[in-house]
Amino acid sequence: MNNQFNVEIPADSEVIIGILNNSDSVLKKLYLAYFPMILQLVLNNNGNEDDAKDIYQEAIIVLYNKVKRGDFELSSKLKTFLYSVCRRLWLKRLKQLNRYGGDIKDFEEYLPVEDDVEKHHERDMQLNKMADALKLLGEPCKTIMEDFYLNNRSMQEICERFGYTNADNAKTQKYKCLQRLKKLFFQQ
Amino acid sequence: MRDEQLLEMIERYINGEMTADERAKFDAMRAKDASINTKISEHKQFVEMLRHYSERLELENRLNAIHEEIDVHTLKEDLMEHPSWIVQLWRHHHSKISVAASIAIFAMLVTLFFTGNLTNQDPRFVQLKQEVDRVKVQQKRLGDKTDRIISDGTSKGPAISAKFRGTGFALSGNGYIITNFHVISGGDSVYVQNAEGESFHTKVVYTEPQYDVAILQITDTSFKNIGTVPYSFKKSKSDLGEDVYTLGYPSDDISMGPGALTALTGFRGDTTEYQVSIPLNPGNSGGPLVDANGNIIGVVNGKQTQASGAAFAVKSNYLLKAIQNIPADSLTKSLNLNTKNTLAGLSRPQQIKKMRNYVFMVKVYNQ
Repeated sequence: MNNQFNVEIPADSEVIIGILNNSDSVLKKLYLAYFPMILQLVLNNNGNEDDAKDIYQEAIIVLYNKVKRGDFELSSKLKTFLYSVCRRLWLKRLKQLNRYGGDIKDFEEYLPVEDDVEKHHERDMQLNKMADALKLLGEPCKTIMEDFYLNNRSMQEICERFGYTNADNAKTQKYKCLQRLKKLFFQQ
Repeated sequence: MRDEQLLEMIERYINGEMTADERAKFDAMRAKDASINTKISEHKQFVEMLRHYSERLELENRLNAIHEEIDVHTLKEDLMEHPSWIVQLWRHHHSKISVAASIAIFAMLVTLFFTGNLTNQDPRFVQLKQEVDRVKVQQKRLGDKTDRIISDGTSKGPAISAKFRGTGFALSGNGYIITNFHVISGGDSVYVQNAEGESFHTKVVYTEPQYDVAILQITDTSFKNIGTVPYSFKKSKSDLGEDVYTLGYPSDDISMGPGALTALTGFRGDTTEYQVSIPLNPGNSGGPLVDANGNIIGVVNGKQTQASGAAFAVKSNYLLKAIQNIPADSLTKSLNLNTKNTLAGLSRPQQIKKMRNYVFMVKVYNQ
């Protein structure tokens, strides 16, 4: 059905290699290739285009992480995997919204993907906690954390950026920030 | 040892920034204190989580950027199961349709209200009422007629309205009247009514269909001689452009129509007729065509419907011919045409004043 929208469908192996190499163009091809399928699924099962977007992006993230972890086996087609994950996610969402009519209108065949979806949800919860903790942490701690742990900047750089008189002061500040972040994270 | 220093060591250990010497010391510490190992793994996990979080954020941004490029709306249109066109029409225009329908209903109700159809009255009732009215009127007329017959024993002519109507004018004072054949044809009783409104029964004495001429005679006993007619009949031909006029009864009152002689032949070149430019109406038929001197030059008999200002009149010499053709035994009284014109030299209003008593409304009835 995707062919009717003149979308180029990348080969599954190309997608896997592209994800492992962080290729933007492959991610884009993958996204464009299967979005109509998911849009169709959601639109015809009590959803709108924004629901479709959320669900589809979640599924892509599930696939992305699975591939990155190296435990995606090409035993099924990517299309089927994505469809199954979306279907599962949408069913869950429908139940949460009490919109589930007990029946879902299917357009593709699907696999049982409960494990992947469960794993994703656990991870998602952790990451959400992290997001909340970072939000509560506030500035300048947040930027210091990001600079040091994510952007791998040296203490010297951070010291200059935030105008600390010496690297030791910056280190102390960084330590305090980290302790607070941990506290905020584990408190939730 | 302070936690802060320990953390720095752990970080350097994880990142592999320690010198061989430091590393050996740290390993010794780890061997001594097992809690350090837990702290290392905890810290490792936490930093990883932070990294995952930022990766997720980045991935989501990338996906959103890609999503921006998709024309979701068009895609949605294509993917929706399209309902039938009538449902679509309703969905897209239901507000407009509703408004139109309400206006239509309102207009209908208003119309019904003002025409009186909204009441319980059956329209047939109104018709019935008219019928009753008509019966009433007829009954009244019948009663009046009976009363009159009883009172003076004479009839002034039927009161019911005439089927056809035309004009006629006197040939002589003793009751001979000329009109058009087409006025009286098809009728079974003919009455004439004078300017005073008196009706007299007449008898058709003679008809000449080819010239559209009919001669009537008043047979009513109430009719008294009206005296010599003031006009004469012109035997010779009239000239083109002469001022002419006619008198007639297109309505209940006598009316004058002025005009001019516009052609010496009539409809489609008919040599028995003149063409005149006179505004004519139904009812003018049979009226006299009079020239400026008060001579009868013809009998008005018709008009052309598709050309304005073209009316026709039978020439007076054909009229005279018809009069000559009357069989002698159909005349109960002598028919002597007047040869002395008393209208010559008078102004038109004076002429008309004198003539009006000799011009009659011809009323024709049939069953």
